[in-house]
Amino acid sequence: MIVLDRVSKLHGSKVAVDHVSLHIKPGEFFGLLGPNGAGKTTIIRMITALTAPSAGQITLNGHPVSRNNTAYKAQIGLVPQHINLEPELTVEENLRLHGMLYNMRRDEINRRINELLEFTELKGERHAPANTLSGGMKRKVLIARALMHNPMLLLLDEPTVGLDVFSRRRVWDLIKSLHARGITILLTTHYLEEAEHLCSRIGLLKKGRLIMTGSMEQLRDRVGPVVVAFSEDRTRLYFFREQAEALVFASGLTKEFTIRQTSLEDVFVKMTEESVELN
Amino acid sequence: MNGMLAVLWREYLFFKNRIWSITGSSLVAPLLYLTAFGWGLGRAVNMAGVTYVDFIVPGILALSTMNASFNAVSTPLSIARLYDRTLEEYLVSPITLFSFAAGKILAGALRGLYVGLILLAVAFVFGANFRLSGLFLLLAFLNCLVFASLGFLVALKVQSHPDMVRFNSFIITPMIFLCGTFFSLEHLPTHIQLFIKALPLTPASQGLRSLALGQELSWYAPSLQLLYLAAFLTWGLWASHKVE
Repeated sequence: MIVLDRVSKLHGSKVAVDHVSLHIKPGEFFGLLGPNGAGKTTIIRMITALTAPSAGQITLNGHPVSRNNTAYKAQIGLVPQHINLEPELTVEENLRLHGMLYNMRRDEINRRINELLEFTELKGERHAPANTLSGGMKRKVLIARALMHNPMLLLLDEPTVGLDVFSRRRVWDLIKSLHARGITILLTTHYLEEAEHLCSRIGLLKKGRLIMTGSMEQLRDRVGPVVVAFSEDRTRLYFFREQAEALVFASGLTKEFTIRQTSLEDVFVKMTEESVELN
Repeated sequence: MNGMLAVLWREYLFFKNRIWSITGSSLVAPLLYLTAFGWGLGRAVNMAGVTYVDFIVPGILALSTMNASFNAVSTPLSIARLYDRTLEEYLVSPITLFSFAAGKILAGALRGLYVGLILLAVAFVFGANFRLSGLFLLLAFLNCLVFASLGFLVALKVQSHPDMVRFNSFIITPMIFLCGTFFSLEHLPTHIQLFIKALPLTPASQGLRSLALGQELSWYAPSLQLLYLAAFLTWGLWASHKVE
């Protein structure tokens, strides 16, 4: 499917992405997780040819990335982090424009518009100008637009940023049903709950470097599936292979502590926060 | 080709939704020029052997088509790139950069021609004399293409809206007054004449005036316009490859 081979991106002397290698298989739901400025959006922009890699290569089903490689770009659907709908065009016109840009036939465009407005529950907003919609509705239109041409790979760049809890849950449901249909998805997020809830495999990005990849279970096993957390001057985390080891360690503590299964947040903190003291 | 049609369709929707404001705002300045310099001053003054109003109609047509075409592309495209970020939808889609550029430039040039035709109708109703021909309209449209291409290039190069305002103040506005639109270049010193003749609006105002007054069209006008069109288009395409 999509392969990133030692991809780097420099902004002047600043390294935004540093030798990232990644292989996402067909049907996979891959999440790129990292704090702000980790390089998530830059990776999406390189995959979509919005910016060129400084080094390395990106291929999708053998097609190398290039701004003029129309065969490559036709396979990708992008839901950007920012709302970039044509503000004065209606929902239907935004979708139709996308269909025309992807060289779809008129009857196919009409059929897909009807299907996707149904799927995203936006039938009532069909003739509403995009700039009159709520934030959650705009996100749904962005998703519908990205799906118009039946892409092989769907890129979701922080798709729920700025949404309230209810809108976020609705977008999650929509994304989950897309994956159930077999679409390959690459999602970037800094919401740990989002990655844990949606993704079958997760990559952790730190300062442009991909420091760890694997399923939730694999990531948990890598650091230790049991964690002892307690507060001193800051929250301290100690990871263990077995519950019994954790209990032995905790019995020597004079502070209040909790023993629990390692969460993605624990993994994330351990791998990205240098100041956390590790066992 | 499909990409170009999609871009044209989007521009058509925008034009249809705003037809009255586009028409009105595009005609304010040229109508003021016609009123003040044409019918106000022009009744009493002759220039190059014709009444001043007949002299300036081709010049006002040249500057109006320049303004309308340039502004139809430059400001909306720079906003789409820097603020709305709607440009990314086109850059991500599987259309060639040439078809994107062609769609934007053609749409901008058609907007310029629309304003130019309304202006000619108004000038005709108010008694201006000019010879209308296919070649005259072709030269006007070539002027529209030149400045729509310049608008495309500038929109991809500026870093902010104030940059666009500065470009208008330092490049577009001086051309409105300098490029033989309101006066004959004959009375200027030779070296200034040469400089002004090399500017992209001058071949349009000179060429359109020659045709409007029934004179022969010099090769200089269409040749220089085609040269500018090729340069702006090539530079614009290069800029669209680089824009991030």
